[in-house]
Amino acid sequence: MKKTSLLLIIIFSITSLYAVEKGLILEEKFPKKLSDFRFFKDTHAQIPSNGVVPYELISSLFSDYSYKQRWVYLPEGKKASFRRDKVFDFPVGSALIKTFYYPIDERNLSLGKRLMETRLLLRKESGWEAVSYAWNDTQDEAFIKKAGKTILNEWIDFNGEIKSVRYRVPNKNQCKECHAVNDLVTPIGPKARNLNKVFNYQDESVNQLTKWIKMDFIDEIEVELNTPVNWKDEHFSLDQRVKSYLDINCGHCHSASGGANSTGLYLDLTEERPTHRGIYKKPVATGRGSGGHEFSISPGNPEESILLYRMISVDPGVMMPESGRSLSHKEAIQMIREWINEMET
Amino acid sequence: MLKKSHNLGFYLLILFFSFSLSAKQIVLSPSDNSQEEIQEALIDLEPGDVLTLEAGEYYFEDGLSLDVDDVIFEGSGIDATILNFENQISGAQGLLITSDDVTIRDFAILDAKGDAIKVIGADGINMIRLRTEWTGGPKETNGAYGFYPVESKDVLIDGCVAIGASDAGIYVGQSQNIIVKNSIAQYNVAGIEIENSYYADVFDNLASHNTGGILVFDLPDLPQQGGHHVRVFRNKAINNDTDNFAPEGNIVGEVPRGTGIIIQANSDVEVFDNDIYGNGTVNLSIVTYGYETEDENYNPHPKSIQIHNNRFGDGGFDPDVGTGELAAILFELSDGDMPDIFWDGILPMNQMLFGQPDDERLIISNNGGATFLTINPIKYLLPFFDPVERDIKEYDGEIRPLPEVILN
Repeated sequence: MKKTSLLLIIIFSITSLYAVEKGLILEEKFPKKLSDFRFFKDTHAQIPSNGVVPYELISSLFSDYSYKQRWVYLPEGKKASFRRDKVFDFPVGSALIKTFYYPIDERNLSLGKRLMETRLLLRKESGWEAVSYAWNDTQDEAFIKKAGKTILNEWIDFNGEIKSVRYRVPNKNQCKECHAVNDLVTPIGPKARNLNKVFNYQDESVNQLTKWIKMDFIDEIEVELNTPVNWKDEHFSLDQRVKSYLDINCGHCHSASGGANSTGLYLDLTEERPTHRGIYKKPVATGRGSGGHEFSISPGNPEESILLYRMISVDPGVMMPESGRSLSHKEAIQMIREWINEMET
Repeated sequence: MLKKSHNLGFYLLILFFSFSLSAKQIVLSPSDNSQEEIQEALIDLEPGDVLTLEAGEYYFEDGLSLDVDDVIFEGSGIDATILNFENQISGAQGLLITSDDVTIRDFAILDAKGDAIKVIGADGINMIRLRTEWTGGPKETNGAYGFYPVESKDVLIDGCVAIGASDAGIYVGQSQNIIVKNSIAQYNVAGIEIENSYYADVFDNLASHNTGGILVFDLPDLPQQGGHHVRVFRNKAINNDTDNFAPEGNIVGEVPRGTGIIIQANSDVEVFDNDIYGNGTVNLSIVTYGYETEDENYNPHPKSIQIHNNRFGDGGFDPDVGTGELAAILFELSDGDMPDIFWDGILPMNQMLFGQPDDERLIISNNGGATFLTINPIKYLLPFFDPVERDIKEYDGEIRPLPEVILN
């Protein structure tokens, strides 16, 4: 009798060691260290705890060529509910976890990586809250940085070139700049349509939505999704690829309910009106962001299109997005240049 | 009875203490780590708190932002506390405010890479005795706006100074309930601009040495449009003589050097008791939005505009015919005899044919010896008619004063 209870205590303490600190997600104050949440069995190696499930998006936001790993945590027995073209309505106590990192050498990922920051979106009673933890130099812990942080990093890219970045960990307000919908902090990525792809889980390769249904994270989805495409995948049409890219990179602010709605330029996947998508649309309060150009998109004239001009720029008074980027996204610029060039005038 | 009032006093005392206990003042002075210190303080503020920056110069590499309701962020004087952004590397503005009931006062923001102060979606924002300036003089590479509240309600700009913005020094866009007063806008492209906004009082300001002094504009394809109820009074819109340095593509890029006041596509605008002179192209013009648009909800024509009891001085002596179309058209129509007040005369087609309702007519009364020019669009289209009309008395009429703006 005594032995079993001791064993139970040991088992219990081991499993609880690997369990998420659910209470902390709901608390008003954020802990100083990321490890306090116990989202990871091994924080440094980023091995998730039980119930913390990895996911990927079909297309993702460009963040200075950093790599991202994402996980979702739902409180036991609770489900997220489906909302068409919106992020799932996650239950109170959920967490979205995203770690930004650079490989040491993109040609050989086994050489390891440098973790930059882990961002959390925590679903509290009062709504979502965003916070970021910046990794220390020894890479064994990430600490809260409310005012943000600048990290200088170098890595070797696919071509063997040394790249450097002045990486900005956003402050709490900057999180909201992108994550506000009708002035409330809201996740951007986990919409059903963005998850509608196969993921290689440890035990199987299966569509993420199927997996989430199996795990009782969500109910069956009955409607057809407006699924975007992977903008890098050249099997898809240029138009589809560009729309998907603009949706995930711009559409969270540039939508009728986003932070940039005063501009009248809406780049989310569901916007159809040509003027609002930027075609021959004149700038409003763009200032020198216009680069001397007359229209957001001037069909056939990529070099005279404000949209492309602001993607290329790294001048803080000109560039788009306004934060989260200090380098230009060459591959996307090339794609959009081609797209505008091929547009009928 | 006595006991009751005693109790009341006691509760008031408790109330007073609980307020003073919870609200706090944080005071910071310049340091090597100002960026992080001030940003962290701005994030940690709680409603009721005050953040005070002592006199001195503060340097930033990143923009600052504030998202806490009901706080005061202040310096120690418009020339004493300087927030310097000349080394800014990231952030699209100097200071971004996204919360309600905020007061900022008594500091200066210099050389921001984008806009100096941007306020989005605020319900209550007071900007008092602040200065935004680009110190290298008028340049295309200067940030667009000094003061830039947008989609906000109850906006007060009082005693501010805006210098060198490559778009507008003071720009209020898509907002309502607005007061801009006692302020100075100089060496900007537009001094003060009220755009797509409802209920604005602009008074006791000086707009000089800009390209254009005071603009009241409305643009299509936006969430809030149909700007109306704007009063512009007791201002000096004088000596606006800076070449247009706005990057092309922007609407203000069309404004010719030397315009005092422009009203474009708004309704219910009352301009009175202003001093308007020294504007080399034209002191005051009332114009239609000049571009094609497919926006069916947009009215490109100004209507119910009243101009009265203003003091006009010399104007039109140096028309900037090289910028936009306004100056060139006016110069040609007037044969070089430029008027003080210009109306382009363009009306919706049905009004052109069947006349304008009385309450939508342009009224111009008691403006001393001000000269006037308008175009009769029908005559303009027919041969052998002179479309130019100059009789200002035709526009005399009874003034229906617009209501005063009262902020909540």
